[in-house]
Amino acid sequence: MAEAPNPEPPGLVAALTRRRGALSITFEAALPASGVTALFGPSGAGKTSCLRMIAGLDRGSAGTLSFGGEPWQDSRRRIFTPPHRRRVGYIAQTPGLFDHLDVAGNLNFGWRRAGRPAHLDREELIDQFGLRPLLARRVGALSGGERQRVAISRALLSDPALLLLDEPLSALDGAAREDLLGRLEALHARLAIPMIYVSHAIDEVARLADFIVLLDAGRVVTQGPLHATFTRLDLPSALIEAAGAVLEGVVTAHDPTDHLTELTFDGGALLLPRDRATVGDRLRCRIAARDVVLTAERQAGSSVLNQLACRVIAVGDADHPSQCLVQLDAGGTVLLARITRRSLRILDLCPGRDVWAQVKAVALGA
Amino acid sequence: MAGLSSEDVEAFGLTLRLAATVTLLLLVIGAPLAWWLARTRSGLKPLIAAVVALPLVLPPTVLGFYLLLLLGPHGAVGQLMSRLGLSLLPFTFGGLVVGSVLYSLPFVVQPLQNAFEAIGEGPLEAAACLRAGPIDCFWSIAIPVALPGVVTAAVLGFAHTVGEFGVVLMIGGNIPGQTRVLSMRIYDHVEAGEYAQAHILSICLLAFSFVALLAMTLLRPRLRANG
Repeated sequence: MAEAPNPEPPGLVAALTRRRGALSITFEAALPASGVTALFGPSGAGKTSCLRMIAGLDRGSAGTLSFGGEPWQDSRRRIFTPPHRRRVGYIAQTPGLFDHLDVAGNLNFGWRRAGRPAHLDREELIDQFGLRPLLARRVGALSGGERQRVAISRALLSDPALLLLDEPLSALDGAAREDLLGRLEALHARLAIPMIYVSHAIDEVARLADFIVLLDAGRVVTQGPLHATFTRLDLPSALIEAAGAVLEGVVTAHDPTDHLTELTFDGGALLLPRDRATVGDRLRCRIAARDVVLTAERQAGSSVLNQLACRVIAVGDADHPSQCLVQLDAGGTVLLARITRRSLRILDLCPGRDVWAQVKAVALGA
Repeated sequence: MAGLSSEDVEAFGLTLRLAATVTLLLLVIGAPLAWWLARTRSGLKPLIAAVVALPLVLPPTVLGFYLLLLLGPHGAVGQLMSRLGLSLLPFTFGGLVVGSVLYSLPFVVQPLQNAFEAIGEGPLEAAACLRAGPIDCFWSIAIPVALPGVVTAAVLGFAHTVGEFGVVLMIGGNIPGQTRVLSMRIYDHVEAGEYAQAHILSICLLAFSFVALLAMTLLRPRLRANG
């Protein structure tokens, strides 16, 4: 048992069902043992229910659940590991801070119970989440963003094997949201343990996730690596807004006068509006299907800066009969364009044809 | 105090000792019971809740009467106790404690249950995911967060025990130094036409009850603010 030959231990493997009245939730997934997995789907899809089942907070679920090969739940064998023995760091939508303790007391709660693990740098984590000036503060006096930062740090200090976040940004606005998203991106880069991130906001998912589980109406629609999943043609219509390509590239140039950064990826280069960038940095960006216009030839005299030479891979249905989704190969990178059926006909697009993709807008990562 | 006889002072001391003992026991029994009632999804909950609440509507004399039968030499508990070589409880301080605990239980359980229910799932689930087991959660989250409720429960339990009469009458009798508490003493004074003495003791109890309620009202917001 101790020296398993398999170098890559399994992550979370779930086959759980939950019935509550008319609502039935089925969560079947096999998630990677590292990186960020997003549970993505519209409101009411059952994302929070799935996260609660994983944490062991819902005793009404049936089926099997294991993490790293260790069974957490097996209804048939009457196995149910209670939450406090699962080593999950669970950050609920409303963070459930302990009002009777100050910020330091909240942070120490799980840390002490985990035996003050030496590999966790408590001081560094406090600084990383900007909590040092708040340590003696009562939690009742904290802002929404501060509360989330305390909740996330508190969970990390309990030395979890798996981190679960339920829409940590949903109650935040503007600057606080951007601040926390940036900290989560930094966390993603350093975090050794896997994270499951529930969200219905595509920009958060595009910036943070590596793997994605799409949920709709209480069941898993599809799951896979982020890039491949959002460029599929068979996304359910409830998720069509999320259709698009997520690209990761390297900064190859920056023009401070025009505030434009050149990002090079397999298949070309894009110019992104950005105030600062360091050559050599890796960046993520998202090109939504509705932001891609297709033309037969390269356009001269256009305000669109980003034009990519592509070849049509396939055509699929979109959310409205007037529209369709065109899957494109831009030198090895898959893009998606949402255009009208009429345009498809006029341009005479079919698999194998060369076209130019005019990218109207690119959403950025940090 | 000039108007207080040594018997009155003895009754005072006995009453305080009884109320303190009973309050302590009520918290020890009532807190886990209230926690269970606040958390359980068991079908037994309505039944247990009704049994606990029964003294609220039951005449104290009825409770005292059945306790007398149950704990007496022919009762089930009484026979068990004599078989174990224990002395019988009726007309002893111990009997008074048992009767008072049962009689005041709802006054302790209900504020505790309300306070526990008010905590909500959030902090308790968070604690569970921070490796705190159920007993750990009870001590580190439930009790500190529900502290104002614990204080209310203790004050109500104490005050209610000080003021009871019917149960004491039935199960305690009126034995000086053993079971003759203040309320019995007042009754004795009135029976004997000693209205002045009855007045003094009654005023003391009235003042005590008022101060207890006042302290509770003043203490609660402060406890909440300090966590």
